[in-house]
Amino acid sequence: MRGASILKANDDKTRSLNKHTLMAFVGEAGDTVQFADYAQANIQLYSMRNNSELSPYEVSSFIRSELAKSLRSKNPYTVNLLLGGYDAIKQKPELFWIDYLASSAPVPYAAHGYAQYYCLSILDKHHHPDISFEQGMKLLRMCTDELKRRLPIDFKGVLVKVVNKDGVTLQEYPEGEQMYAP
Amino acid sequence: MARRYDSRTTIFSPEGRLYQVEYALEAISHAGTALGILATDGIVLAAERKVTSKLLEQDTSAEKLYILNDNMICAVAGMTADANILINYARQAAQRYLLTYNTDIPCEQLVRRLCDLKQGYTQHGGLRPFGVSFIYAGWDPQRQFQLYQSNPSGNYGGWKATSVGANNASAQSLLKQDYNEECNLNQACELAVKVLSKTMDSTTLTSEKLEFATVGKTKEGTIYHHLWAADEIDALLKEHGLGKKEESEPGTTSAATNAENRPEGAPAAGVH
Repeated sequence: MRGASILKANDDKTRSLNKHTLMAFVGEAGDTVQFADYAQANIQLYSMRNNSELSPYEVSSFIRSELAKSLRSKNPYTVNLLLGGYDAIKQKPELFWIDYLASSAPVPYAAHGYAQYYCLSILDKHHHPDISFEQGMKLLRMCTDELKRRLPIDFKGVLVKVVNKDGVTLQEYPEGEQMYAP
Repeated sequence: MARRYDSRTTIFSPEGRLYQVEYALEAISHAGTALGILATDGIVLAAERKVTSKLLEQDTSAEKLYILNDNMICAVAGMTADANILINYARQAAQRYLLTYNTDIPCEQLVRRLCDLKQGYTQHGGLRPFGVSFIYAGWDPQRQFQLYQSNPSGNYGGWKATSVGANNASAQSLLKQDYNEECNLNQACELAVKVLSKTMDSTTLTSEKLEFATVGKTKEGTIYHHLWAADEIDALLKEHGLGKKEESEPGTTSAATNAENRPEGAPAAGVH
């Protein structure tokens, strides 16, 4: 079903930049894909030229510098990003919150878009520094259930991707398994 | 007829050689020796200064060892003026990388950037190649401590121990004989002075004729590079019994190597 508020329910708003980094994006419709493809092409070119991968932190710095350049141009990209990755040398997962004003911050959890107003409070309450992957998935379930109940437009579900030491994988995320925020 | 294939770098001779590049390599083999040794916990670079005169201001100029960025240094053999251009280029490239990626440039990438520039001068017409060989010492998180060497043709390679400049063949064979893969930085420094003492013309080594630099890791795990001061070099020479004798007057040693008294057939000015 297509209407005034929803055009497509299962659009993939992520790009994997190299083996261990995944970028999710929201913002102006044309800008998002254009910028994501541009970033992806450049990071892949780096991997090809240098036979090595940029770490998530290095990727985030590159993207931030590109956004900073764009911001000061005639027509800047209006794209907000989340960059998740696994640093193969440090053997640590990392997450970066980046916005179209070229701010970048390493954070333990993050959200962009309208959904952040519902999710961040839950994440604030339930996230803790040594959270496991399974607990993280439960926390995500709490967030999506909250969205199901409170989002003004019909919530069409989420696309879940996981980045770990083995790379980026699509995660099964069956609907209907309710997990209420206690 | 020899001139036919000499005057422009872009032209192969019928035997398939680029004479200008070979001449550049020849110029370097007259320059002061420089060597680098990779140890388990660091790297040492050592170089022979050719211009020693008591009128020359000694401590204002490092002649052969330069810092490229926070985790890389290099030793130069060849024309110092050419080297300055390349070092400036390398420092800019390193800073540009730091600006975009917020981490120091991986060692091999910086070496390759310089070699790409050098290669350009073996191909584009009307220009002469850079008359410089480099030995690079650096550290990056991917490959830890690394030692590279490059020459005017734009070729480069990674080494465990290597040398460039005058007598580099004999220095190389000495290194091959005595290099031990499990050596630490102190042992590498010892090997460096021993090799230089055998390959340099002068009988006594002094801090005036040598430059030393090391790259290593502090106890906290941060990378440092250090260009040695004269007293540190003298202390090292003394430790290994290679320093000058106490009774000899300072400044009177080996006038033959002074720039003004350079023997016949020595390299032209500017080749260090």
